[in-house]
Amino acid sequence: MNLTVSLLAGLAKVVSGASLRWVDCQPDTCQRVYFANHTSHLDALVLWASLPRHVRALTRPVAAKDYWDRGALRRYISRQFNALLIDRRQIRVHQSPVDLMIEAIGDQYSLIVFPEGGRSEEGELGEFKSGLYYLGKKRPDLELVPVYIDNLNRVLPRGEFLPVPLLSCITLGRPIWLEAGESKADFLTRARQCVLDLKES
Amino acid sequence: MGTDSTLMAMVQLVPEGMGVEVRSSLDLPTILLLVLMLAGLVLAMLVGRWIGRRKDSMVDASIVRAFNRRVVAWLTMTAILAVASIVSRYVVVALFGLLSFWALREFITMTPTRRADHRALFWSFFVVTPLQYVLIGIGETTFSYFATLIPVYASLILPARIAFTGDHKRFLERAAKIQFGLLVCVYSLSFVPALLDMKLRQYNPSATGEEDRLQEWSGESHVGLLFFFVLMVLLGDLLQFTWDKLVGRHLISPAVNGTKTWEGLCGGVISVGLLGAVVQFALGVTPFYVYGAGFMAALVAFMGTCGSLTMSAIKRDRGVRDYGTLVHGHAGILDRIDSLCFAAPVFYYVTRFFLGMPG
Repeated sequence: MNLTVSLLAGLAKVVSGASLRWVDCQPDTCQRVYFANHTSHLDALVLWASLPRHVRALTRPVAAKDYWDRGALRRYISRQFNALLIDRRQIRVHQSPVDLMIEAIGDQYSLIVFPEGGRSEEGELGEFKSGLYYLGKKRPDLELVPVYIDNLNRVLPRGEFLPVPLLSCITLGRPIWLEAGESKADFLTRARQCVLDLKES
Repeated sequence: MGTDSTLMAMVQLVPEGMGVEVRSSLDLPTILLLVLMLAGLVLAMLVGRWIGRRKDSMVDASIVRAFNRRVVAWLTMTAILAVASIVSRYVVVALFGLLSFWALREFITMTPTRRADHRALFWSFFVVTPLQYVLIGIGETTFSYFATLIPVYASLILPARIAFTGDHKRFLERAAKIQFGLLVCVYSLSFVPALLDMKLRQYNPSATGEEDRLQEWSGESHVGLLFFFVLMVLLGDLLQFTWDKLVGRHLISPAVNGTKTWEGLCGGVISVGLLGAVVQFALGVTPFYVYGAGFMAALVAFMGTCGSLTMSAIKRDRGVRDYGTLVHGHAGILDRIDSLCFAAPVFYYVTRFFLGMPG
């Protein structure tokens, strides 16, 4: 872990004033998929930066290629954070995002994903896209950890480029797995409910 | 004599020159006041710990714990402030600048704003707050700027900035939140370090006529004045708490704050007033007369209660118990400094009104 990464991570934590709460879950380097609500461009960076150093060294945030591949600064930052850039507009059948993700994590890395697909407008949790289900189906050994990110949408709202340094809070909950015979819709509803429950805890 | 020379040696450790203003004029009474404050706080901490350990304690354990946390926070704050004021006035200004920034952060986090307020918030955090402290750092020569920056310019321009965005939903409420946050967390608090740079007069006991009734205050260092103020705020909190527990019967406003009573308020204001007079009589660290110091101390204690009650009302409205639990894992700074915020500008302006240099 080099110095620039530590500096960037520190900066992200200071600006977002993020505090991390582990509820029924402990930091671990086992392979996981952190799935969170998506409210701000900062989500992936702040969640990644808030993880303990040894955990984040093995964790890759999944980010939108159309945003993070534009401009030298964003490209630099996304490379520093070891982000996995996924093209949201060019989804091909033989190389689906889920395949890319599974290929990228190998037997070592964990992922940060935002199953809503895009940022929700006024802080409400949207419907989950099916990627999480296929991740759980193709790699049943992955722990799926629900994450609720609070107040970060006020730090950097949609359409703004300068952050306001408010305090935010990230809650990580008990891991879930795809149950045997659970349908796609049921699983996605359950996963979404897990994230919503963390809001109240 | 021996004490005097060690003090001089201690003060001389700070290198002179280098363009940094060195406060080499920490006189003996100021140092005594500092030592007494720190000793008192350490004593309060030890007593609190002792009560907390006793099993048969009559006091509610959660109250003791809250009290202990408060005392530790005060002790840390006073110690840091003491070191800072020995080093340089600029360090004190910078410290309060950071404190303001964090307090505003907590305040705005608690009060919901809308997306259209983002730019106005950005201006509050990154332009208004630093500018206020830069002006305070320059000193009293910029008085007419730092006294008006937030109440006049920011209070008018920031709502206009929100209006520019075109989002008029709950407009007045949103504008008021930002204005009040800046007023309490930044403007008011910035008058604590502003006490360090004031040209003051004091009453001349050997005056013969009307024109030499006031003479320039001989106190070279204003650190004594600053610590007199901080001590009175702390004593206000502490004595009111004690009176509440001892004789408190009638709650001031039960819906807002479940501990503050009329007996506590009156007892606190009177006893702090007396103590202020005693401190001035014994140490003479301020330019006030003894009774003047008593009046100022009582005023500070009263404003401190106003601050606690007002912030309690805001917290109740938002449904949080204290700013610390607002976001898990953060210590609530605003909980600790609410009385300081409300007392500082009043103390500053009343002092300036009576003893400031004319013109």
